Amino acid sequence: MVKSKKEIFKAILVLMPSVVLLAVFVYGFILWTFRVSLSAWRGIVPDYTFVGFKNYIKVFQSVRFQTDMWNTFYFTILLLVFCISFALMLAHVLDKGVKFESTFRSVFLFPIALSFVVTGVVWRWIFNPEVGINVLIHKLGFKDFNFGWYTQPLRFLNFNVPLVSLLIAAGWQLTGYIMAMFLAGMRAIPQELRDAWVIDGAGELQAFWFVVLPILKPVILSAGILLGHMSLKLFTLVYNMTGQGPAFATDIPALNMFETTFAANRYGEGAMIAIALLLFVAVVIVPYLYSQFRSRGRAA
Amino acid sequence: MSVNVNTIRRSALKLVTAYIPLLFASLFFLLPVFVMLNTGLKSFAEVKIQEMWALPRHLTFEGFLAAFVRLLPNIRNSFFVTLPASVLSAAIGSVNGYIFTKWKFKGSNTVFTLMLFGMFIPLQSILIPLVAVLKSIGLYGSIPGLILAHVVYGIPLTTLIFRNYYVDIPDSLVEASCMDGLEILQTYRRIILPLSGPAFVVVLIWQFTSIWNEFLFSLVITQDPNVQPINVALANMAGSYYVEWNIQMAGALIAGIPTLLVYIFLGKFLIRGLLAGSVKA
Repeated sequence: MVKSKKEIFKAILVLMPSVVLLAVFVYGFILWTFRVSLSAWRGIVPDYTFVGFKNYIKVFQSVRFQTDMWNTFYFTILLLVFCISFALMLAHVLDKGVKFESTFRSVFLFPIALSFVVTGVVWRWIFNPEVGINVLIHKLGFKDFNFGWYTQPLRFLNFNVPLVSLLIAAGWQLTGYIMAMFLAGMRAIPQELRDAWVIDGAGELQAFWFVVLPILKPVILSAGILLGHMSLKLFTLVYNMTGQGPAFATDIPALNMFETTFAANRYGEGAMIAIALLLFVAVVIVPYLYSQFRSRGRAA
Repeated sequence: MSVNVNTIRRSALKLVTAYIPLLFASLFFLLPVFVMLNTGLKSFAEVKIQEMWALPRHLTFEGFLAAFVRLLPNIRNSFFVTLPASVLSAAIGSVNGYIFTKWKFKGSNTVFTLMLFGMFIPLQSILIPLVAVLKSIGLYGSIPGLILAHVVYGIPLTTLIFRNYYVDIPDSLVEASCMDGLEILQTYRRIILPLSGPAFVVVLIWQFTSIWNEFLFSLVITQDPNVQPINVALANMAGSYYVEWNIQMAGALIAGIPTLLVYIFLGKFLIRGLLAGSVKA
């Protein structure tokens, strides 16, 4: 049916409040933050004196921000590897058909219902060198085990070892989610396709490798983008579990921005970190949205 | 006989390749729950370093009671924020999804994609202006201010889920109704809304869970302990009751209970929301 101009106009009018709100609260605010990042604003009273890219140079040269970048880089890669491989394994085993499948699935997935605050508080306790898992390890007979999971500043090749405890907590929370995505993807693969391989004499693992994985590729890509952008934005878990850590060992840009802006009142620098963070996320998200948008256009 | 041996071999294989790994994975996922219950159910006298992993000798609810008394006002605040914000963002998302599927116009896909971008931005990139605007309209530090933030930044996701749902409703229904002379919004109310129940359930449950669990907005917008939602109160409690691990762990579990209940009883809708936000962006 051809819709009249008048009707289309009304449709746009209905949409307008949301469009205006998001135009202001997303795009307008981003520009505003960008303007703050070019300003000399320090202290509680706003100061929009233009200082060019002074904050950018200052922050990029700071040890803290440089450490943040390394931390985010390693954390994101390791989180992707951890969650995707662990989730693939779990989904594969569940997909084969086991007893109590739905119970296992619920157990793996329930952390997604919790907030990162709860996760942070509990895992901080578990990795607390004095009361947590170390005590359990002592009980098992390893009396000399005294590893400071997130308190000991160990680093090699710019990788901060305390990130491992954050990684395990984040993996604990997110693996089930990724597993659910994979499982939904696997369930959509016709059984005959896999049977054909197994009957051909190839093993189950080969069927997984040559049939399931290739079909799952787009889902794995989605999972990677989802995890990647979550990892870049990670804030709540770090804030509640480790804070910035010894010598910024567990610091990340999102936490740096928050503390620089709202604790130290260095708004110009904080805004700069926010813009950097946005750019990191955009590098991951914009190509994804663009490809989704294009394929939708083609289908229509 | 050989069949029998084969069967045994196969079930042994299954045990090693499936059940044992699944069991170990389950232990990993349940560990924090054990820690919260085990520590939370101890008395303060029993919370000693050497006995951290031992089961409580006497079960006591004193930790849970103390945490609950402390957190109750904040639990109430969380409901006051979460419920209206969920309903409002769902309602707006529903109307948007309807327009984006049944009243496509030139450039509507672009508008939709630009909207979706709002779902992915790091909140840090809008936080300074958000605080400034909330201050200037007098909503900073208040529950309505927090609701406003959650509604606005919830619109992209709710619109996405409704849009994906309405795509499957035949256009002919809307067209027939328009022939009858019904206007856009009337068509929405008479035709689309009555069919939207399942999508509303998914969106409301999803929004409830994510707003309940949200932290950064609450942390920045509400400074007064009397209006702070549960997560900020829990974070503060965990910071100040540093040695009273039983209260801390009980508090963590209490903060998680509402969303855990949603997961237990309405999990399949929650998962639908999860997958809607990821697979079909």
